[in-house]
Amino acid sequence: MTTPVFEVENLSLHYRLRFGAKVHAVTNVSFTMQPGEILGIAGESGCGKSTLVNGLMGLFIPPLYPSGGDVKVAGESLMNRTPQDIRKNVLSRKVSMIPQGAFNALNPTRRVKDIAADVIAAHEHGVDRASTHVRLLERFKLFFGKDADHVLNSYPIQLTAGERQRSVIGISTLLNPEMVIADEPTSALDVSTQKVVIKMIFDLLDAGIFKTMIFITHELPLLRHVANNIAIMYAGEFVEKGTADQIVFAPKHPYTKALMGAMLSAEPGQKDRKPIAIEGAPPSLAKEIPGCRFSERCPVARPECRTKIQELRMFSDRLVRCDYAE
Amino acid sequence: MPNNTPIFSAKNVVRTFGSGKKLIKAVNDVSFDIADGEIVSIVGGSGCGKSVLAKIMLGLYTPSSGTFEYEGHKITNQKDHWNEVQFIFQDPFSCFNQFFTIRSQLEAAFKIKKETLTPQQISDRVDAGLMAVNVAPKDIEGKYSFELSGGQMQRMLLARIFALRPKVLLADEPTSMVDACVRANILDYLMKLKQELKMTIVFVTHDIGLAYYVSDRLFIMHEGKIVDQGKPDDVILKPTSPVTVQLLDDIPEIHKEWIKR
Repeated sequence: MTTPVFEVENLSLHYRLRFGAKVHAVTNVSFTMQPGEILGIAGESGCGKSTLVNGLMGLFIPPLYPSGGDVKVAGESLMNRTPQDIRKNVLSRKVSMIPQGAFNALNPTRRVKDIAADVIAAHEHGVDRASTHVRLLERFKLFFGKDADHVLNSYPIQLTAGERQRSVIGISTLLNPEMVIADEPTSALDVSTQKVVIKMIFDLLDAGIFKTMIFITHELPLLRHVANNIAIMYAGEFVEKGTADQIVFAPKHPYTKALMGAMLSAEPGQKDRKPIAIEGAPPSLAKEIPGCRFSERCPVARPECRTKIQELRMFSDRLVRCDYAE
Repeated sequence: MPNNTPIFSAKNVVRTFGSGKKLIKAVNDVSFDIADGEIVSIVGGSGCGKSVLAKIMLGLYTPSSGTFEYEGHKITNQKDHWNEVQFIFQDPFSCFNQFFTIRSQLEAAFKIKKETLTPQQISDRVDAGLMAVNVAPKDIEGKYSFELSGGQMQRMLLARIFALRPKVLLADEPTSMVDACVRANILDYLMKLKQELKMTIVFVTHDIGLAYYVSDRLFIMHEGKIVDQGKPDDVILKPTSPVTVQLLDDIPEIHKEWIKR
């Protein structure tokens, strides 16, 4: 068995609020990732996806603090390190991130090539500008072809949303990181541009520019095509984790089923199938929750669900956090 | 007497921006009629002119040439127009003023209405609007916009529509910033608006799946022109334009091959 590129063990994160209150945004998340794997993480807004991303990069900026667990990239732990150290030695080199709404992440007053050159200059000493530009052009040619020169010499405002998003991905992966975390990279793009961006991500992965990827989105149909494995997150914990086909075609946890029920599609004959929203709101994580976190909204909840904490267990080849999954 | 005048009627509408070499035809020779009580979706990729068309319907832009009429007359006075035509936009966070409570802003929306209502009537209408989107009025009592989540904010915008009861609703990508659960919710409320208040809804989106689900008629736009239109089933099953085929092909559906590696 090959060594995993990325290991997460029982990671818990909390936000500190005023008067000593804490919000436990992420609880006991564990997974490992093999080279070439794409893990999709799905869940509603506010379920802790973006907090988890910060934790996975080891970037703990107050009020976010780790409460326990370990994150390892290629065997190296990211815990208990200063943000300065993480920025210099981990970000871009080992773990890189494609942020939410990435097309607004570019400084509007600078050309794309200057923004990209800064990334190289910040991590590698004594690189001269001429060789940097050759390197940039080579890399951007991979996904822009003959437009590479035009894109590099443009200001972000001169580019389309898709070109900006692809530039950001190009800049994020300049230093060949071990792993890339993409947080909703396509949710602000239209469907055609989305396809182009996903194609580019696949090309980079196949070319070996990065080894693994975590892809975060709330669009399960998209994840089915992008990810090998999918983890469903609810109220800060994984409730189900399995292969993409298992999760999409045969969900077992009631929450996953409800999420699939809320999807809609343009396939003929689907018009009468009503997407069903999940009633209610996720629980507040500022308080201790005595039982299953989904019990308040669960359509098949039993009285004992409200008092008994559910553990992740193996059930028909995947991990499910529900004793009554069928 | 049944009224046969269409709600919106466009004849050869063109809207250009810039001049000389930089002239862009955002909406290029578009003609259509939208009947009373219809839900029409305008679908297209980024930059196809669908938002410009929506703004023409709102009276925020005037056509550069061609005629655009609302109920048989040109839009001259925006205030009169907005008495009957209301809108919800993509980003709910930019729609509320952070310095005022949500409730005071929902009540202030009634200033646009021509009918004069007493404060008590306005308050009752706002309560009814909030109840329609399953929010208890006391839950948002004294709250400001930054205290709500994106999904809740989007509901507040819909509550305003339920309270104001306009004749026509223009919804410009109301679901593109929210997750799949909230999206299903919003669609439910749009259907409720149509069934209970018989509202005419123009729904602007880039997601043909959504459009297929809600609408009575679909317009597919590309580079400022309407390239395909008809009933959703006809457009999806028998697309007549390569743009429609492309759009359908690009949506990630769970049952079909989407991307080759």
